[in-house]
Amino acid sequence: MSVAVRPIRVTVNGVAEERAVLPRTHLVDFLREDLGLTGSHLGCEHGVCGACTVRVDGEVVRGCLMLAVQADGCAVETVEGLTDGGTMRDLQDAFVERNALQCGFCTPGMLMAAAELLEQRPDSTRAEVREWISGNYCRCTGYHAIVDAICTVLDARREGRAKTASPSVVEHDDALHAESREPARQADLDALGG
Amino acid sequence: MNAPLRHPPEIHSVTDDQRYIGVSVPRPGARRLVEGRGSYVDDLRLPRMAHVVYWRSPVAHCRIVSIDRAVARQMPGVIAVVDGHEIAAICKPWVATLGHLAGMKSAPQHPLAIERACWQGEPVVAVVADTRVQAEDALTKLDVTWEALTAVTEMETALDAATPVIHPELGDNLCFTRSLDTGAVDAAFETADVVEEATFHFGRHTGVTLEPRCQIADWNAGDRRLTVYHSQQAPHMMQDLYARQFDLPESSVRVVCRDVGGSFGVKVHAYPDDFATVALAILLKRPIKFVADRLESFTSDIHAREHRVTGRIAATKDGDILAFEIDDVTAIGPYSMFPRTSAIEGNQVVNLVGGPYRHTQYRAKLNVVFQNKTPTCQYRGVGHPIACAVTEGLVDLAASTLGMDPLEFRRRNVIRDDAYPCAGASGVRFEVLSHEACLAKIETLMDYGSLRAEQAALRARGIHRGIGFATLIELTNPGAAFYGIGGARIAAQDGATCRLEPTGALTVLVSVGEQGQGNEGIFGQIAADAVGVSIERVRVATGDTDVTPYGGGTWASRGAGIGGEAVLQAGLALVANIKRVAAVILQRDVETLRVVRDAVVDVDGAELLTLAELGRVAYFRPDTLPPGFTPELMVTRHYAQKDYPFIFTNGVQASWVEVDVDTGFVKLLGHWAVEDCGRVINPMLVDEQIRGAIVQGIGGALYEECLYDRDGQLLNGSMADYLVPMSGEMPDIHVAHVETPTASSKLGAKGAGEAGTAGAPGAVMNAINDALRPLGAAVYSQPITPEKILRALGRVP
Amino acid sequence: MKAPAFDYARPASLAEVFALMETHGDEARVLAGGQTLLATLNMRLSEPALLIDIGAVDALRGITVTNDTSPGTLRIGALVTHREIEESPLVARHAPLLAMAAPHIAHRAIRNRGTFGGSIAYGDPAAEWPVCLTALDGVVVTTSASGERRIPVADFFIDLYTTALRADELVAACEIPIATAGDAFAFDELARRHGDYAIVGLAVAARFAEGRVERIRLAFLGAGSTPVRAGGAEAALVGCVLDAPSIDRAVAQVKAELDPPGDLVNGDATKRHLASVLARRALESLASRSA
Repeated sequence: MSVAVRPIRVTVNGVAEERAVLPRTHLVDFLREDLGLTGSHLGCEHGVCGACTVRVDGEVVRGCLMLAVQADGCAVETVEGLTDGGTMRDLQDAFVERNALQCGFCTPGMLMAAAELLEQRPDSTRAEVREWISGNYCRCTGYHAIVDAICTVLDARREGRAKTASPSVVEHDDALHAESREPARQADLDALGG
Repeated sequence: MNAPLRHPPEIHSVTDDQRYIGVSVPRPGARRLVEGRGSYVDDLRLPRMAHVVYWRSPVAHCRIVSIDRAVARQMPGVIAVVDGHEIAAICKPWVATLGHLAGMKSAPQHPLAIERACWQGEPVVAVVADTRVQAEDALTKLDVTWEALTAVTEMETALDAATPVIHPELGDNLCFTRSLDTGAVDAAFETADVVEEATFHFGRHTGVTLEPRCQIADWNAGDRRLTVYHSQQAPHMMQDLYARQFDLPESSVRVVCRDVGGSFGVKVHAYPDDFATVALAILLKRPIKFVADRLESFTSDIHAREHRVTGRIAATKDGDILAFEIDDVTAIGPYSMFPRTSAIEGNQVVNLVGGPYRHTQYRAKLNVVFQNKTPTCQYRGVGHPIACAVTEGLVDLAASTLGMDPLEFRRRNVIRDDAYPCAGASGVRFEVLSHEACLAKIETLMDYGSLRAEQAALRARGIHRGIGFATLIELTNPGAAFYGIGGARIAAQDGATCRLEPTGALTVLVSVGEQGQGNEGIFGQIAADAVGVSIERVRVATGDTDVTPYGGGTWASRGAGIGGEAVLQAGLALVANIKRVAAVILQRDVETLRVVRDAVVDVDGAELLTLAELGRVAYFRPDTLPPGFTPELMVTRHYAQKDYPFIFTNGVQASWVEVDVDTGFVKLLGHWAVEDCGRVINPMLVDEQIRGAIVQGIGGALYEECLYDRDGQLLNGSMADYLVPMSGEMPDIHVAHVETPTASSKLGAKGAGEAGTAGAPGAVMNAINDALRPLGAAVYSQPITPEKILRALGRVP
Repeated sequence: MKAPAFDYARPASLAEVFALMETHGDEARVLAGGQTLLATLNMRLSEPALLIDIGAVDALRGITVTNDTSPGTLRIGALVTHREIEESPLVARHAPLLAMAAPHIAHRAIRNRGTFGGSIAYGDPAAEWPVCLTALDGVVVTTSASGERRIPVADFFIDLYTTALRADELVAACEIPIATAGDAFAFDELARRHGDYAIVGLAVAARFAEGRVERIRLAFLGAGSTPVRAGGAEAALVGCVLDAPSIDRAVAQVKAELDPPGDLVNGDATKRHLASVLARRALESLASRSA
């Protein structure tokens, strides 16, 4: 059958893109072929291996199980964008330091998954890290080094939050935070310049 | 426990300025990969590049009656639909045998099957289109008429008279047979106090590289030159094969390997679709990209490790092993795989059983039989996982019957650390191993005594934990014994070029490539130390037959030992030349000069001349140098290991498991490995190789099997149904080393890439059986599934 | 592999969805989360002419509690994602069984997109939501151009991937009676790897009164072509205190009445055995909690 291309407007790594795509094109093929963003990889195209993991509207998804047309109006972030934005620099550094990658093919997807854990489950235990990344296949590392690298960053960020949530900061914002006993969120600390 | 930053200084320096060898330096090449800026084959686009998909046989065995391409040819974007005849017109068939495997036979094979397809997944027709999607659409319109033929799918009956012979001209379904007998085996078994026997099954499984096999073949009709961008481990081998199969001059073929998304042996073989893709590029005069999709990979990537081994062990009542005996039958595909052959794995099983232990009597019988299933060939570890699991399973049986602790039994029987050099009962020659030291070290590393106490305490509460050991030997750094002797043009030597740049930087070109294990990283470390250059100023290039010296590439754990030695030799030769230039510039005696930290220094370490300044003079001011003197700042050295057929390494692993005897589920609580791979160049990289290899071995031990029905249909060829290890079930893996360098090279490094896979299945199986032993159950069939455990326990019929 | 060609529509209202469904009939497939459908399309296992993406239909969203029935009702819209259920305080409070099951569903990236309604409409007997809905005795609310139907879960799952959903209908939501004091739940499944489809699994919803089982539902996944209730075992437990003898009887009953089909690696006897082990563990867990 002959199907027409559809116009889509999608923000990719902060850049508004207007393209025309066939409905059957999945998001990762769109990113790789139409936009030349080859950092996201394909390992199975049945949603199991995780190599295609990208971020859509702030959540990780399997890029092979989402159509490009479904991303119309969405904000998509790939490993390239997160690299240039610097938001996972500590995670990437930890991966390199700890050799939490070998061939690198699973790595962008793994980083995406790990970045969401760092954000959403910042108090994860080692076992919880293992469970969280259990949807990302790696054949090279055996996972131990990856778990180490993620735990290192969890610890460092936790320490960083503890340091910045120091008495002087709380006093300064007494009026705002009087009722709050939660540790400061990273986003708040960033906003405070901490 | 993570790798230490630096390894013992008792291993002497091999360079003047040794800062990086032995240090866990992070890999420079890793940075681009964490940024998503790698360069894998599918990332590359060439002008007018087209895409090929293959029509593959849907059944195990069929006659191709007709191919009607009329509709497919007319589909949008289709450039060509090509069959086996057209490819055969420009590409010769091959027969994958090796001269030194006496009596081995196989049938000629073409890139695309012509009259008959012999396994489910064999490529038959090529559809080429502008885009992958268009090619797949056209594939659905291809009308192939075929007639099913009887499929030979049962290993045990492959040689029966009643079983059809897949290739009648060969006479039977036997690819290769071997018998080995030390001559007094029966006597050993008769006089033994303890004889134990078990039958071991190993399920066929496959590599599942995350990046599938892929290449772009680019034929420039004007230049008459072929360039293949290939996700491959041995570019020079592929250069040679493409040249010979297509009758091209060798220098007309260039193979380029950039980032490879996992290989493990799957990508060291020459596949029919490799040759077909190249043929299409030549026929159509445009670049052709082939990327195997995942479903296609399961039936077209090499499989491995389908064995049934019946094994026996004989021992005295004091606990001395007298003999081993095995009968091994292994099922390969309908063709031996090109060019390394499908008999090597079984041959290695014969060579390696019993390896760590003192004994003189050994008998082995091997039959390698053809099946109508996906062809098999070398996959990480090759025969080691089989040989080790059989040996270690029998060792545990004997220990148990004797009432001896399994670690103690091994300590008693391993070849003594001071016994080398010596030969094993199978004839393998050992340079120097360290079984005793490794066994001592693992006992401490894992706190064996505490684990045994914990096991006993928990058993009393109905919790069943087990400890399993696997002592192993691994062949690495092969000489020409492996392939060259058999007539295969697979280089056993490798080369490295070191070039000092005008600014004092160092470029290193090496014939062994990078697939993630860190070869480029360690080559940089070795070169930096050899020449005296800071590592940030070293650039390593590999994987291009136009650029690097000629060599063998990555296989049989040779990257560090052979590639590394070539780099060391080239670096040392370069620094000698640099000193000669410096001597002339400085008017000093060359003996008084050293290169340290990017500069030429005197005996007291005082800086005399930076390498940048030396480079400037050497390259741009030769007018200031004496007549008759020419600086040679680009040096190439080659290295081949010639002392032994292989440089063996050794190690021991331990697995600690908990078996849920109600569900048959196994929890992996911990894993330990002590490995002796000689000089460790980068402890972190070696440890990570060991970890990855162990998990790969665990895959075969517990999860992975290519399941076929009686008709030769693969039943579980998807990532949902073929179970690879994921992080949730894997244990933390603790690694330690003993370092006994090899004297066969200056560097003293042995290989380390496959030992993990060699020992893990044996260790895990033994741990499970240790847990089950008090319940009178044992499982010797891998993968060990919950059902097999429940059956052994009698919980399920 | 790449999906075959199809057209795509993303209507903003139910009326438009129904119109498209009527025009295209069985040439169209409904796309919600796409975590199952897109995988099957990538494998070319089906060739619809049109995908109707219902993701923009807000009427299908939302988790709400209403109290006009007694007990109250938790209503989960068809487009609610697995992750939303996993993180919902309303679900945690009123249907904790769902919160127990959610982390077993695949992995985070799948849970971010996959929908509750999609899982119910697909009717995979190995999936978590159908068996949970069965244990909770929920109601599937369907919608079509001719209005809503309310189908008790026991009548909804008919056969493998076959439900009572008519060709012109969508799953709009499911309604679950909210948990009250005396209710206890258990969920467990046996999978070789975290997130895989389980070999077998069990969702239990029990109500206790004065230490005795007033009512209990044992719903198994992976034990048949639909979620399977072990009715005999359930009946045997009514009025009992959960102790060793009553649990033994119930487990024996489970073993006798379940007839699970074997799969690629697990024979039917193995599955039956594993189901009985899960039953024992769930009941023992409930027993120790209610003690």
